[in-house]
Amino acid sequence: MHQEYTVIEGDFVNAGKASSSVKKTLKQLNVNPQVVKRVVVALYEAEVNAIAHAYGGKVLVDIDADKIKMVVADKGPGIPDIALAMQEGYSTARPEVRDMGFGAGMGLPNMQKNVDKLNVTSEVGVGTTVEMEVNFG
Amino acid sequence: MTLQSIVDKLGATVALGAERLDTEVEHAFASDLMSDVLTLKDTPVLVTGLCNVQTIRTCDMANLDVVVFVRNKRPTEDMIELAEDNDMVLICSQYSMFKTCGLLWELGMKPLY
Ligand SMILES: Nc1ncnc2c1ncn2[C@@H]1O[C@H](COP(=O)(O)OP(=O)(O)OP(=O)(O)O)[C@@H](O)[C@H]1O
Ligand SMILES: [Mg+2]
Repeated sequence: MHQEYTVIEGDFVNAGKASSSVKKTLKQLNVNPQVVKRVVVALYEAEVNAIAHAYGGKVLVDIDADKIKMVVADKGPGIPDIALAMQEGYSTARPEVRDMGFGAGMGLPNMQKNVDKLNVTSEVGVGTTVEMEVNFG
Repeated sequence: MTLQSIVDKLGATVALGAERLDTEVEHAFASDLMSDVLTLKDTPVLVTGLCNVQTIRTCDMANLDVVVFVRNKRPTEDMIELAEDNDMVLICSQYSMFKTCGLLWELGMKPLY
């Protein structure tokens, strides 16, 4: 099953729509609730990052019998030092983003903890792509 | 304890879920940082000063059903609509985060960590 969503820069009102809809789908497919939570927490963090730190982008989701693959690809400033960005507490979030409850520098570490595979690629001045995989079994 | 006893202790108003106040709860977690909330493995009552749509979305992702907003912050219609889809209970405390947490502690609510 393939699903696609668009996320828009600064659109915090709709941040989480993709994750919410994935949650409903996985529930219907009777995926273990603990696994569902890991999936949606990771996807939500990635979605918020594309909205908060980049100029929006696309969320691509592929669900098959034993796993889910998620790609959040944004157009944006990119991440100059991915290893640094992955560190707990590192954040460059703007005040508007902090006002929305984000900017703890825990999003990327949260993704890492919740998924079975995480791959972050980024080109400065072009954008960032976050690929994640979670096995259902 | 029941949510009703929390509402009574805080002299709080209920913005959503008044019919679910007989729900029993034990643990609470207080934060304004949503990524912090997203690390929780459990599903405590969330005490927060952050009152926007992201608070509700975060609860949706983290399977949290009960939020206590501090300092008289009122959820908007958008928030209530979203929270209703998830059968949540939204409680508004007139007190600060510190006092709200103090009162909940007095009532016997337990921390997660
Ligand atoms: N899609 C992105 N585009 C550009 N920079 C990003 C992107 N995602 C993350 N970053 C950079 O990496 C930092 C760390 O991201 P992370 O998600 O861990 O924390 P945060 O978003 O700042 O705060 P939190 O996720 O805890 O609310 C960000 O502050 C930002 O500098
Ligand atoms: Mg983040």
